[in-house]
Amino acid sequence: MLAFILRRLLVAIPVLILLVVVTFVLMYAAPGSPFATERGVPPQVLANLEREYGLDRPFLAQIGTYIWNIVSDFDFGPSFVYRDQDVNDLIAQGFPVTLTYGFWAFVLAVLVGGTLGIVAAVRQNSWLDYLAVGISIGAQVLPNFVLAPILVLIFTLWLGWLPGGGWQGGQWEFVIMPVVALGTSFMASIARIARASMLEVLSSNFIRTARAKGLPGRRIILRHALKPALLPVISYLGPAFVGMITGSVVIDIYFSTGGIGQFFVASALNRDYGVMMGITVLLGALTILFNLLVDIAYAWIDPKIRY
Amino acid sequence: MQRFTLLASTAFLLTAPLAPTAFAAQIAEGDTLAEDQTFSYSLLDQFPTLDPQLNEEVQGSHIIAQLFEGLTRQDADGNVIPAGATEWTNENNTVWTFKLREDARWSNGEPVTASDYVYAWRRAADPETASPYAWYVELSSIEGAAEVVAGEAEPETLGVEAVDDHTLKVTLTQPLPFFPAVVTYATFMPTPQTTIEQHGSDWTSPGNMVSNGAYTLAELAVNEYFRLEKNPEYWNADEVIITEVTGYIINDRNQSVTRWEAGEFDMMDDLPAGTYPDLLEQYPDETFSTPRLCSYYYAINFSESGNPALQDVNVRKALSYALNREVIVDQVLKGGQSPAYNFAHEATAGFEMPEIDYAAWSQSERMERARELMAEAGYGPDNPLDLDLIYNTSDSHKAIATVAAQMWKPLGVNITLSNYEWQSYIDIRGEQNFDLARSGWCGDYNEASTFLDLVTTTHGSNDGKYSNAEVDRLMTESRTMDDPNEAYTQVEQILADEMAIIPIYHYTQNFLLDADIRNWPMNNVENNWYIQDIYRAASE
Repeated sequence: MLAFILRRLLVAIPVLILLVVVTFVLMYAAPGSPFATERGVPPQVLANLEREYGLDRPFLAQIGTYIWNIVSDFDFGPSFVYRDQDVNDLIAQGFPVTLTYGFWAFVLAVLVGGTLGIVAAVRQNSWLDYLAVGISIGAQVLPNFVLAPILVLIFTLWLGWLPGGGWQGGQWEFVIMPVVALGTSFMASIARIARASMLEVLSSNFIRTARAKGLPGRRIILRHALKPALLPVISYLGPAFVGMITGSVVIDIYFSTGGIGQFFVASALNRDYGVMMGITVLLGALTILFNLLVDIAYAWIDPKIRY
Repeated sequence: MQRFTLLASTAFLLTAPLAPTAFAAQIAEGDTLAEDQTFSYSLLDQFPTLDPQLNEEVQGSHIIAQLFEGLTRQDADGNVIPAGATEWTNENNTVWTFKLREDARWSNGEPVTASDYVYAWRRAADPETASPYAWYVELSSIEGAAEVVAGEAEPETLGVEAVDDHTLKVTLTQPLPFFPAVVTYATFMPTPQTTIEQHGSDWTSPGNMVSNGAYTLAELAVNEYFRLEKNPEYWNADEVIITEVTGYIINDRNQSVTRWEAGEFDMMDDLPAGTYPDLLEQYPDETFSTPRLCSYYYAINFSESGNPALQDVNVRKALSYALNREVIVDQVLKGGQSPAYNFAHEATAGFEMPEIDYAAWSQSERMERARELMAEAGYGPDNPLDLDLIYNTSDSHKAIATVAAQMWKPLGVNITLSNYEWQSYIDIRGEQNFDLARSGWCGDYNEASTFLDLVTTTHGSNDGKYSNAEVDRLMTESRTMDDPNEAYTQVEQILADEMAIIPIYHYTQNFLLDADIRNWPMNNVENNWYIQDIYRAASE
């Protein structure tokens, strides 16, 4: 197992370097410049800016320096647009925000979604099942960009209970709506996956055997059915968790949380090469890490899997 | 090279130094002050910087104008008034001497001296600073600016000098009667050398920043909000009523309207497209539309890469005549904008609107004429003309372009609409890869040449590559004329006769403002505001 983990971590290094190279090349290929403005920057001013950011150097030198600075100093360089901040500052300010609401959204999605799915499967075709399926389908068809304005309309404008946006260091009243808006559709997916997989497990031979042995229903579900039923859920959770903690463009823009999610789009549109690279590397590293965690969890849950 | 002339203001500039009492919050009779003197507003985007010399955009300028104070600033009507300088004199509009206020202090208690200005101005031009706005120093015609920006001369050679602690002397390369207006902008505000050298690029962080304006920076959370506090060291602090300013960054404008309705802040501009009439009906005392010094137009590609049919003046005229601007402003934009038949904004100071013939015609007359002109040019529904119209991503640009394409259809013009995101758009338009291009221009200063210089041959933003020797000559001559309006009228006439661009509308500033906020500068067409001039009245 340890050898497997080490091997996976070693493979991650060339994968990340490849990611940096590909992103860098794509960035170069895209038209536009971070310094272009409507009124046109005079060539001398543009030359000064390009020198300041090293854009006047050869391509290989730029990418080499970029990778070297990350490896040696963990320095992701300056932002090309936010002159007062460097990429490390921006991620250090934004990532804790996204991590917080992403984590709670994840907890909400797993607890509520998992419970709904399992209850629905166990009580298949009862009113509980119909209710759970109804809720999860309702949640699934409400994308966060529709849900967020509805929440704000109800809880901010009509009831006046919650502020319509902002973060204020993560006080609970600012966290609730982003968490609900982000977690709801994940919750629905988890509920549907959990229900389907539980139904499949419940109709399998070993469960029938357990029933035939006369084991109590509760024990069959918790001891024998739950673990195998969770496998498909877990393979979904890895990427879902990365998706949630790296934030959502919609949540960040809609609730002005100051999280890093909005940089995904904004940095590309602004041609903020520094931020774009930093966010890509962060997302890449997290994806690799959580896929590894999912694989480890597999081995723990399913005795058939050995590394 | 652009330059500044505003003769209407010159008389004012001569008298201004005699009245050193600065503008500040004047409480109207019958108003009582509210207990809570805080002001908050919503911004569309995170501003890239609060460094006055690095700033190049509007949202940052608004905040910098509260944090820092330059030699001069604007009053509610956009007139230039003394600020860091109490008076100024000039020789031939070329050598300017500013007397600085002796009681001005930085927020750390140190006096503001002439050498702080010298440091800041050199810093703005210095290639080491790599300011995207260094061109503004060049534009202001300060001696040596172009050479310093180009790295051909040391920053110390810039034509600005501290004669003594409170006297600043500036030498220009050409007469510039409007120089005191030029220095209202952030680029020319003083910055604290010791602080910058101590903290490097972190000097603009809360806690590090030392500023000389009415407010200091208290908090800043990227993409979320910032907060300013009243600066007790500010020379006019006694007259400053608002004690705290908060700005919330809200990318989604509809969400911003909801939060404004929920009472979370006092002011928001950049209203979502098309919402103005409804908001006006719902909040008649709190919804405003004021002129804003920008013009919207379609640039025509005169270069070789453009469709050759556009070389024919009849085709250009037909395109312009067929556009029903009333429909565009009243039914698409719905924000109180005015239809444009000329380039310079109608609210430009001292500008006499030219009499453009087709502005007076009815739309059916224009349409009839457009059909005739197209037929003369050899085009019509039987022999259609294919043109490419490009615009950058935005709901309203898209709506206008779609409507325009419909309006041109009866002429036999088939439009291919191409939408690009902003940075690509700038590239494509700058390389003349279009037939018609969505364009907008906002005045750098309040005088018509800020618009009309754009159609001169060598202007960097003349993306249509229109070139007319007569226009170039008139614009050059206008610089030394007593009344440049005559030249401007002629230029506008030529633009209309040749249809050099297709003017569409003149902008308005649409915004929501809490009814208790007083003294908001509604007549400042450049949309410059200073929180130290406003206050909050107690609700009735």
